[in-house]
Amino acid sequence: MIEIQNLTKYYGTKAAIRDVSFNVEKGEILGFLGPNAAGKTTTMRILTCYMPATSGTAKISGFDVFENSMDVRKRIGYLPENPPLYTDMTVEKYLEFVGLIKGIEHGQVRQRVSEVMEKTSIRPEARRLIKHLSKGYKQRVGIAQALIHNPAVLILDEPTVGLDPKQIIEVRELIKSLAGDHTIILSTHILPEVSMTCQRVIIINEGSIVASDTTENLTRRLKGSENIYVEVEGPAAQVESKIKAMKGVTRTSRQKTSRPGVEGFSVETELKADLRRDLAALIIQQGWGLLEMRPVGMSLEDVFLHLTTKEEEVSAS
Amino acid sequence: MKNTLAVYNRELRSYFSSPLAYAVMAGFFLIAGFFFYAILTNFLNYAMRSEMQAQYYRMAPPPINVNMIALRPFFHNIAIVMVFAVPLITMRLYAEEFRSGTIELLLTSPIRNIETLLGKYFSAVTLYAALIAGTFVYQVLLFLYGKPELGQILSSYLGMLLLGGAFISVGIFLSTLTDNQIVAGFLTIILLLLFWVIGWADEFAGPKLGAFLGYISLLSHFDEFAKGVIDLKDIILYLSFSVFFLFLTYVSLESKRWRTR
Repeated sequence: MIEIQNLTKYYGTKAAIRDVSFNVEKGEILGFLGPNAAGKTTTMRILTCYMPATSGTAKISGFDVFENSMDVRKRIGYLPENPPLYTDMTVEKYLEFVGLIKGIEHGQVRQRVSEVMEKTSIRPEARRLIKHLSKGYKQRVGIAQALIHNPAVLILDEPTVGLDPKQIIEVRELIKSLAGDHTIILSTHILPEVSMTCQRVIIINEGSIVASDTTENLTRRLKGSENIYVEVEGPAAQVESKIKAMKGVTRTSRQKTSRPGVEGFSVETELKADLRRDLAALIIQQGWGLLEMRPVGMSLEDVFLHLTTKEEEVSAS
Repeated sequence: MKNTLAVYNRELRSYFSSPLAYAVMAGFFLIAGFFFYAILTNFLNYAMRSEMQAQYYRMAPPPINVNMIALRPFFHNIAIVMVFAVPLITMRLYAEEFRSGTIELLLTSPIRNIETLLGKYFSAVTLYAALIAGTFVYQVLLFLYGKPELGQILSSYLGMLLLGGAFISVGIFLSTLTDNQIVAGFLTIILLLLFWVIGWADEFAGPKLGAFLGYISLLSHFDEFAKGVIDLKDIILYLSFSVFFLFLTYVSLESKRWRTR
């Protein structure tokens, strides 16, 4: 559906994105994740024909964004970071206008407007001026605008930014309900959003893709190890060396606790080697006090930080 | 065509859903009405005096041409007012799209720049035409109480319309250069004034350059229409002036795509 190859964009001498390549299958929701200024918006703007790339190609449904720009534009719905709203119009008139310039025939435009207003639940506000709407409603009008011509591809740039928690949930539900009929690319710098709405994630940082996988795989792949946290009452140095000597343990590190004589250890083990039983047995045998033990999972949030702050480690792993 | 019409309708709606159109219209009719009143009073004084003179010398009153003495200066005056009114109409056309980010909608929709441009241009021309159409009332008054010549009035209105088209093309071009309406409007006023008076330089600018400056001066061509002379070369000058600036606008829009940010 969407094929991007070696996309590069320079602003002056500064590269906003470098050699970005990925594909999106039909009906998929792809999360485009990265910190601010990572190149998400640039990529999306190239995909939507807003500006040309310096080099590389991007195709939507087989149409090149540069060569067949008009064909591409008919097939995409785009919600930029700031919804492009004419605030002095009513919701209804605005959507009619967008419908017309997106190529809907005069006779059908009212019907379509009423359908998307239904879908995005903005019908009660149809006759109000957009400038009088709340941020959440404006965002929905923005999504309605992107949906109006029933495009095959939806490109949403930070669709939940600036909304309150209730609105965020509503917008996410809305996006999820659109999957299947539409292929969706959605950018965000908020992690939970990706794990909640997307099937696949691409993480981009400083203009390059640093990881691309399904949400679960990405977490697993990045972990490469599992963590166990134990609190032991006993001679710290001795405990640590014993644990380190165990089979399957790759690293340990000490963590101070508030209680005297009690030391916390973060034990990193090989993947799928659940050492909790052995660890417990060891500590009991030595006559130390086992006060706490729990597995520590790595959340996507950690993955994200890991990826975008320590790129070298990722490419090495 | 359908796209152009959609943009045209949206722009017109936007003029009338903001105070802008009303403010411009109210201001324009106030000052146009004042000009009409002042010029007509002047004309009546003159006519009365020449009639008294004729009575004194026991001669038939001389024919006084209301078109030349009253209407020609009236049209010149409202043309000057347009130098200030048109920038108010055109300054937001693109600057506002850039500022609010709606340009992103236009550039990612299956609509060509030329279609947007023409829609915007003709919406401004329509508002402008509504302004000058409002002054028909004065002509009706003249016909009720006198015998003005219709031909000259019509040629003056044709001149006003062509002049407005040229003014608007300059304004719309400058509106693509900035995302600040005030800057766009101010630059338009300056440029229009310059085009208005540039013919003054033809006396000291040397024979070749002087002739050229006289030719592109919008003022000298407008006077032909106000005198009742419709010359093809004046029409072509105004039309090619508009087309030239619309072309510059188009180029400016196309190049925007390549230098975003």
